[in-house]
Amino acid sequence: MLEIFQYDFMQKAFITGILIAIITPCIGVVVVLKRLSMIGDSLSHNSLAGVAAGLAFGLNPILGAVLFSIAAAFGIDRVRKSFPRYSEIAIAVIMSTGIGLAGILSGFVKNSANFNSFLFGSIVAISDFELYLVIGLSAIVILAVIFLFKELFYITFDEEAARLAGIPIKSINFVFTLLTAVTISVSARTVGTLVISSLMVLPVATAMQIAKSYKQTVVFAVIFALIFTLSGLSISYYADFKPGGTIVLVGILTLICVLIYKNVLSKAIVKRAIRCHNHN
Amino acid sequence: MKQIIEVNNLNFGYNDSLILKDISFSVDKGDFLGLIGANGSGKSTLVKLLLKILTPLSGEIMLLGENISRFKQWDKIGYVSQKANSFNSSFPATVEEIVTANLFSKIGLFKLPKKHHKEQVYHALELVGMQDYGKKLIGNLSGGQQQRVFIARVLVSEPEIMFLDEPTVGIDAKSEEAVYCLLARLNQELGLTIIMVTHDISAITIHANKLICLGENGLFIHDPKEGITAAFASELYGYGVNLHSHDCKNCLREVTKC
Ligand SMILES: Nc1ncnc2c1ncn2[C@@H]1O[C@H](COP(=O)(O)OP(=O)(O)OP(=O)(O)O)[C@@H](O)[C@H]1O
Ligand SMILES: [Mg+2]
Repeated sequence: MLEIFQYDFMQKAFITGILIAIITPCIGVVVVLKRLSMIGDSLSHNSLAGVAAGLAFGLNPILGAVLFSIAAAFGIDRVRKSFPRYSEIAIAVIMSTGIGLAGILSGFVKNSANFNSFLFGSIVAISDFELYLVIGLSAIVILAVIFLFKELFYITFDEEAARLAGIPIKSINFVFTLLTAVTISVSARTVGTLVISSLMVLPVATAMQIAKSYKQTVVFAVIFALIFTLSGLSISYYADFKPGGTIVLVGILTLICVLIYKNVLSKAIVKRAIRCHNHN
Repeated sequence: MKQIIEVNNLNFGYNDSLILKDISFSVDKGDFLGLIGANGSGKSTLVKLLLKILTPLSGEIMLLGENISRFKQWDKIGYVSQKANSFNSSFPATVEEIVTANLFSKIGLFKLPKKHHKEQVYHALELVGMQDYGKKLIGNLSGGQQQRVFIARVLVSEPEIMFLDEPTVGIDAKSEEAVYCLLARLNQELGLTIIMVTHDISAITIHANKLICLGENGLFIHDPKEGITAAFASELYGYGVNLHSHDCKNCLREVTKC
């Protein structure tokens, strides 16, 4: 067996990493296509406030994170209604609320090392409880994304038409908001508040560059997220980097490579077309 | 004939000013209704009220014999909105995926589309002549092709009433003719009731069997067989309008042919 898998903590890190790499882009596709890319940042800052509240008042910090994140997600939905077509206002308003609360509440936290581990994530220090939490949540998210695939697609593409087609958009939006909030708060614990947003957006952005359909976008996004997470984790282990940051940087590098590849490819096509044209 | 839509004393305004004042009319099953009027006269607003996207201030709307507030059979209603093709053009969705999405009420919640659903999708695409574009990304089609896809999306769920809000904007003359032909055929062969908002008065007078004109002085119903005179049109639009008549014979032949 590879040396990297000898340690219990690395095994747990890989299992958690794989599960989170599967569920975050599933949520991320809908989030990005709804033009809500920054929602991850907003919710994760609120879950940080929840962590601070938990640590300060002796609650389970993950429970605090989940509760704050859910409240924030529905807060965003509410504020969005007042600014139709300007979702980023709602996201910014709720993000500021989270940062403000996190700032004040963290002042009451005695053990700041613990708080830092939430800020940057601690995928290599996952407890058994957290592992089971991630497994349970992943099962729910994967089932929801499979069984609500066509509904989520239609709502994302054209909410008005989806309603006319008979899709119960209120209930499905409610479920999706809930799943987003829980996914972000739980994954924030493992990859860190500061990188969760990139893990939602980067694989989707990369997939959108090459996908030829919505279905492909989802599948490619999951594949990219798995590549980022697995290679990021391995690199961080051998090079002794922080895992969260390494995963994100691998993602950025991949996106840049795909963009360059596409650029070169399209230029080559244009050149060939011009050559053919001149021949005729 | 069966009244499929009934509107009684409808009032609506967005803020303070009333845009639709005391509107009443009815649509029979199998009608091809043209809805015309100047920009801002409230055509799109009226359509949105009939689709429950907006709620009237007062008055009554009956759809398929049922009050709209209790109406549930939305799968029998199709809508191609004025903004249908103003979606984000880099949205990664294929024509097939978009048309399949509208089969929701036939496929059912939590279920995946089956083979015969796919056949229905390609049948609808064939009706609008887009069957070869199923695997193409919607953003890579021309405006007119996108519009036809949105019509197919509505047709796939086999609605009884179809609302179209300026479906031929940005479409070249030939495709526009094809859209009118298609609608006339669906209307005649399948008995589909069509309500279409348009500014193309000459074309709509040929195909519609009823015209509703929204003007300054409210709504009036017009029989297209009487034709639209320039005087009538200028009263409607509030300024002089020169009507260019189509080559009607040719157009009618097209209709019977298609
Ligand atoms: N969301 C809105 N809020 C406030 N006023 C609106 C809104 N939408 C439309 N209006 C106003 O209502 C009036 C009717 O608009 P509507 O879109 O129904 O016109 P229309 O007949 O469809 O015009 P067009 O031919 O340009 O499509 C216009 O004066 C418009 O300014
Ligand atoms: Mg309009």
